[in-house]
Amino acid sequence: MAAQLKPGQGPLDYGSRWWLKTLFVVIYALLYIPILTLIAFSFNTDRRGVVWRGFTLDNYAKAWNNSALIEAMTNSLMIAFIATIISTILGAMIALMLWRFRFPFKGSYEAFMGLPIVIPEICMGVALLLFFNVTGMMGAIISMPWPINLANIVIAHVAFCFPFVAIVVRSRLVGFNRQFEEASKDLGASEWQTFWKVIVPYMMPGLVAGALLAFTLSLDDFVITFFTSGPETVTFPVKVYSLVRRGVSPEINAASTVLIVITVVATVIAMRLQTPAKSGKG
Amino acid sequence: MTEPIVSIRGVSKIFPGGVIAVDNVNIDIAQNEFFALLGPSGCGKTTLLRMISGLETPTQGQIMIGGEDMALTPPNKRPTNMVFQSYAVFPHMTVEDNVSYGLRVTGVSPDETRRRTADALEMVKLTHLAQRKPDQMSGGQRQRVALARALVKRPKVLLLDEPLSALDAKLRDDMRMELTRLQETVGITFIIVTHDQDEALSMASRIAVMDKGAVQQIATPSELYEQPATRFVADFIGKVNLIDAKVLTHKGKAVTCEARGLGKMSLSTDKTLGDSIGIAVRPEKLKLTKEKPKAAGLVSLSGVVRDVAYYGDTSHVVVSAADDLDLQVNVQNDSRTGGAGVERGQKIWVSWTPDDSIVLTE
Repeated sequence: MAAQLKPGQGPLDYGSRWWLKTLFVVIYALLYIPILTLIAFSFNTDRRGVVWRGFTLDNYAKAWNNSALIEAMTNSLMIAFIATIISTILGAMIALMLWRFRFPFKGSYEAFMGLPIVIPEICMGVALLLFFNVTGMMGAIISMPWPINLANIVIAHVAFCFPFVAIVVRSRLVGFNRQFEEASKDLGASEWQTFWKVIVPYMMPGLVAGALLAFTLSLDDFVITFFTSGPETVTFPVKVYSLVRRGVSPEINAASTVLIVITVVATVIAMRLQTPAKSGKG
Repeated sequence: MTEPIVSIRGVSKIFPGGVIAVDNVNIDIAQNEFFALLGPSGCGKTTLLRMISGLETPTQGQIMIGGEDMALTPPNKRPTNMVFQSYAVFPHMTVEDNVSYGLRVTGVSPDETRRRTADALEMVKLTHLAQRKPDQMSGGQRQRVALARALVKRPKVLLLDEPLSALDAKLRDDMRMELTRLQETVGITFIIVTHDQDEALSMASRIAVMDKGAVQQIATPSELYEQPATRFVADFIGKVNLIDAKVLTHKGKAVTCEARGLGKMSLSTDKTLGDSIGIAVRPEKLKLTKEKPKAAGLVSLSGVVRDVAYYGDTSHVVVSAADDLDLQVNVQNDSRTGGAGVERGQKIWVSWTPDDSIVLTE
């Protein structure tokens, strides 16, 4: 006779087992306490930043007045912004191509496209550095005026961001009913109208998710940026790294908090845009 | 016949890989007809419909709509609109935007778009749900959105691909009436694809029965039922008792034949016959009696009741006659007591008038 399951004993009734609850709490504590600590210590008056001495907003003012930090932040945001746009468009186009067409070596292409995701970042960094040096792009680009001098970093970021976009958008497209497209044409729309009014809106959640992914990946990338940036160009993660080597300062905490807020706000806005507004009652 | 609105001439469709989906089909559909393409799944009826809409191109033959050859006209330029089997209501648009889509993409003025959209929503009784998204609606409502979206374009021909197959039984009956009413109000030619014979018989003014890509018969519902042209049609439309027979003599219209299990019988037919024919009799044309019927000229045979199935309004009685010949007899349950009034194993006589026998040659 099969063992009878009591209420609350099913494999998914994790709410009723104390050890699962504990695990849940521990995992979330480990995930969020460090971030909360960072935010809390960004308001700390202590110069060393390890002991709590009192509340202040000075660190934010200092971070704001630290031109090197601001420059790094601007660079990072600019790179992330451009890299996101390019990799979203590129990724979406690749996803469409893989979804829509059949061509020779499609399977192998699909596999190779995902390589930047699995290749160790350090290898990609070295490879890109080598590439930029051999082709002479490194020298040519870093002597250009801002923001063109960021081009090599942008290229590097696009190289590892677009596969993520392509994969997200492609999985969204799997659920697309080809009859939507046929219905659109049947109702008098041209191919382009069908693309912009039916296919693109359908892809939108995938595009937004992919773009967010690309933005955050680009914003906090350290390894590849470190290899591909010129000696003069500094991004936020690289700057933080160099500052931390001389000790954690509350300014960095403040700047990091600002960065967290930016990403969280961007995510919330993106999520809002995706969920359709519920209209009417019932 | 006046100029047909849709004229299908020698149309074939062979898919890559050599599958013949549609095989040399010729159909003329008149203005304002409610025309049904009926057949089992895989008979090519949907492919034919898609060729009319332009979503598929014929391998051979010609499709004319309103007197114009459609060979080079893409689907978005044809005077046809389709209600898809899955409805294909755009999930990211409200009901109103779905309905107005076809007008917006073809540059109809905003004023006219608004007016026609409102009219179309009114027609399918969805005005109060205009701002809903499709995922907040039932299947029946979504289908009405698909209908309004197609009708708002005022097509010459409305194409419906299995429009009722995804609805539950009660809703299907309502929708059937609704479609017939709509067709009468808007005065547009409807072409409907269905595998459900009841649907086709109850709604259509004419039906083309298809099998394996070819048209078997084009006729009105009652002609199809009472005078099926082939065994396939007789068997596919309604229930039928099919009896094989050997032709003995054939002079003018009179035929004598040796029917399996029935012995010699005389029939009359206009058809040219070969050596063997099929005799088809509808179950409701058969009568059950306890004694051998006395009236002259009836075809009658005795048998044993093998099975009785009760359906409320009717009972279906299966009678085993001699030589493994089973006949189904549908009996009207016209009194509240007794049902069919027969029991399994009972000896019984089955009879019918010879005129109710349908002679089938192929």
